[in-house]
Amino acid sequence: MSTLSKFAPNWRQALPQIIALAAVLLADWLIFPDFFQVRLQDSHLFGSIVDVFNRGAPVAILSIGMTLVIATRGIDLSVGAVMAIAGAVAATLINSGHSMPVAVLVALAVGIGCGLWNGLLVAVLDIQPIVATLILMVAGRGIAQLITEGQIVTFNDPDLIAVATGSFLGLPMPVVITLLMLAITILLFRTTALGLFIEAIGINRLSSTYAGVNTRIVLAIAYAWCGLTASVAGVIAAANIKGADANNAGLWLELDAILAVVIGGTSLFGGRFRLFLSFIGAIIIQAMNTGILLSGFKPEFNLIVKAIVIIVILIMQSDAPALVLNRYRLWRERNAPRRTAPGNTAGGAA
Amino acid sequence: MAATTMPDIGIASYNGAQAAAPTAVAFGDATLLAITGLSKNFPGVKALDQVDFTLRAGEVHALLGENGAGKSTLIKVLTGIYGRDGGSISLNGQEINARDVAEAQRLGIGTVYQEVNLLPNLSVAENLYLGRQPRRFGLVDSRAMRRQAEALLRPYGLEIDCDALLGDYSVAVQQLIAIARAIDLSARVLILDEPTASLDRHEVELLFSTMRRLRAQGVGIIFVTHFLDQVYAIADRITVLRNGKRVGERAVADLPRLDLVQMMLGKELSAVESTREDRGQKLAEAGVSYRGYGRKRLVQPFDLDIRPGEVIGIAGLLGSGRTETAKLLFGIERADCGRISIAGKDLRLRGPRDAIAQGFGFCPEDRKTEGIVGELSVRENIILALQARRGWLKPLSRREMREIADRFVARLDIRTSDVEKPIQFLSGGNQQKALLARWLAMDPKILILDEPTRGIDVGAHAEIIRLIEELCRHGMSLVVISSELDEIVSYSDRVIVLVDRQHIGMLQGNEISTAAIIRHIAADGPKPGDSTQAAE
Repeated sequence: MSTLSKFAPNWRQALPQIIALAAVLLADWLIFPDFFQVRLQDSHLFGSIVDVFNRGAPVAILSIGMTLVIATRGIDLSVGAVMAIAGAVAATLINSGHSMPVAVLVALAVGIGCGLWNGLLVAVLDIQPIVATLILMVAGRGIAQLITEGQIVTFNDPDLIAVATGSFLGLPMPVVITLLMLAITILLFRTTALGLFIEAIGINRLSSTYAGVNTRIVLAIAYAWCGLTASVAGVIAAANIKGADANNAGLWLELDAILAVVIGGTSLFGGRFRLFLSFIGAIIIQAMNTGILLSGFKPEFNLIVKAIVIIVILIMQSDAPALVLNRYRLWRERNAPRRTAPGNTAGGAA
Repeated sequence: MAATTMPDIGIASYNGAQAAAPTAVAFGDATLLAITGLSKNFPGVKALDQVDFTLRAGEVHALLGENGAGKSTLIKVLTGIYGRDGGSISLNGQEINARDVAEAQRLGIGTVYQEVNLLPNLSVAENLYLGRQPRRFGLVDSRAMRRQAEALLRPYGLEIDCDALLGDYSVAVQQLIAIARAIDLSARVLILDEPTASLDRHEVELLFSTMRRLRAQGVGIIFVTHFLDQVYAIADRITVLRNGKRVGERAVADLPRLDLVQMMLGKELSAVESTREDRGQKLAEAGVSYRGYGRKRLVQPFDLDIRPGEVIGIAGLLGSGRTETAKLLFGIERADCGRISIAGKDLRLRGPRDAIAQGFGFCPEDRKTEGIVGELSVRENIILALQARRGWLKPLSRREMREIADRFVARLDIRTSDVEKPIQFLSGGNQQKALLARWLAMDPKILILDEPTRGIDVGAHAEIIRLIEELCRHGMSLVVISSELDEIVSYSDRVIVLVDRQHIGMLQGNEISTAAIIRHIAADGPKPGDSTQAAE
């Protein structure tokens, strides 16, 4: 039980996310009755629900690393740009005759390097995370363009393309990679003491330092891991379009990733984090995107509907519903003094 | 920077705890505020149970009790922050029922908290007249406002620039400004909630002279504090609460200190009386030696030897460099001169991790921002340092953590319903014990405690003192900083006295007494013949 409870988030705490996911999926199903239909073709699973996970993969992967950084009370705005860099590196290497594993590993190493740069600025030079990562957010696309020499570098290497289009046990490869990254990250940060240190630093960095936690190293690891996840997402995104587009790869995805983390219940003020719920958050966002697409609304509506749904989810997470409920109950009690109040039904843990 | 007219009062005069000022007889027994049968329930707790309290005009009435006795609840009910579940409150014979702080203030009850609840980013004058600025042609007349503000503050001994931002002044000055505002808003009842917790002794005396003046004008003052010395220095009467009930009300003159502590604790307690037993000379060789150790603008270079099993007390006023010394010893601040050797070997402290590796532990003064990790559980807080020393790759299993946490919760009597409870929900005393547990779990050689008993209730206070004595019997060295001189005297083998960031003296053995420490501080400057005279 104790080993399991280490990984599985307390389902009560996860209630807002579960309800939100169910609501969005329900809406999708109402719009598009075939939403949950899945069929197997050439040992590939097809269907809208599979599509949600497949298309949601880049943001889901980003949100894993972003969760760690946000838990340290930081933020990483550069992940979109790092995606572009990683895609550019992989595409350029594959076109210059390197094999797929080499191209991908170098791209991932570059991603880790970008993360370490952010970590250096934040942990050693004590620059505010939002400013520190803004540097790479701006410069990163420039770097990516330098690598691709201003062109959209296309490639035909089947191995690299398979990263986005292949499948494993019927599941699309991006979904497999996402689940793998999630599992590795949970393993690395929750079975070691890293997770505890990250939470401690996020809540009170000074106390953690005085208790002997090597705060700089831990911060650097968190940012490096975030860079790694960004490069994984970048390689997938490049493989998906069979090319590296320095200007548009991963554009604005840092915001979706931050949103996924917030929906997943990790506070922007740092502290307790839940990787699995960030993953759910990313899926909620993608399920919404897909739903709007399927409904035939103009894509312009997408952003507005998204904003509304996000507000609803965030209100559900805040204390506001419990407060309103309490007010209502008090009001009822006052007007009908003999009625006993129902049991504690106020949900919505923060 | 602040008051130019700050009275230069000797420490000794303050420490004379028996300076109980005569009650202003002129106001007789006129009851200003009467609380009868006040009750307040929280789920599962009777925070206040039929509490009576009376405040006369022109008296300072100390409201005392351990943490959780109901002091803050009483004040919150009185000022309308909480509703009440029973009882009545009357002011000048009239039943009142304030619904919020502003209404309480209108009725004549002003409150000043330890953390001043004014706006640091506005000027002093704006703070004083916020919401009632003098106007001219419909606009705020800043010049008139400043003139009025200066006139208002003069009786308080504050001749300060009223156009400067409030936040530029010390907490002491800010408190006086808050008091001035409350009194000017026609407060007849002034509640001071732990006003002295972050003041040094001069500032306390400045506050006291204001309190005496207001008392003479017939203001009734409710004084909440942890410092018993201060109660005897200023209060006329004492009401003691325990577990939400009133234990009793006495005139200060009729209540010796020991009786008061017994009332607060509800039990006999001899540990609080400071008697120093001679532990005999400890001849062990120095474990750690600091030579010419210091840092510019922080602490002047000093020599210090810490021997196994001895307690070194560090005494001095606030701002004398006590905390800075502790941070140097622990490696939080890096020295820019001098050297350290442990068991004869030279080494460098580049940070807390280096110190911890050498067997140091440090409980900081500011528990909230430097000690606890608030949202983490008691268990996680206790094992944090141990886990940090093991490194992230060797996590303690959940069962090991539980085992360690449970052991220390039992050993130190940390009162918490559950070791999984976030530590921020524990009382100050229990947080302090959990921090001690964090270091004891490491089995340290040297433990540095900065104000280990500040802001915690009397019960936990005595337990922590007992623990200090027990630890050094087991061979641990302790460096303890405290503004409670009685405490330092009772457990220290040697006492270092600090003035103006300089180690000006060292007392040992029979030389140690409160009077000797005060003499050293008051002598103000290094004297020839002191063993640890600071090197230039």
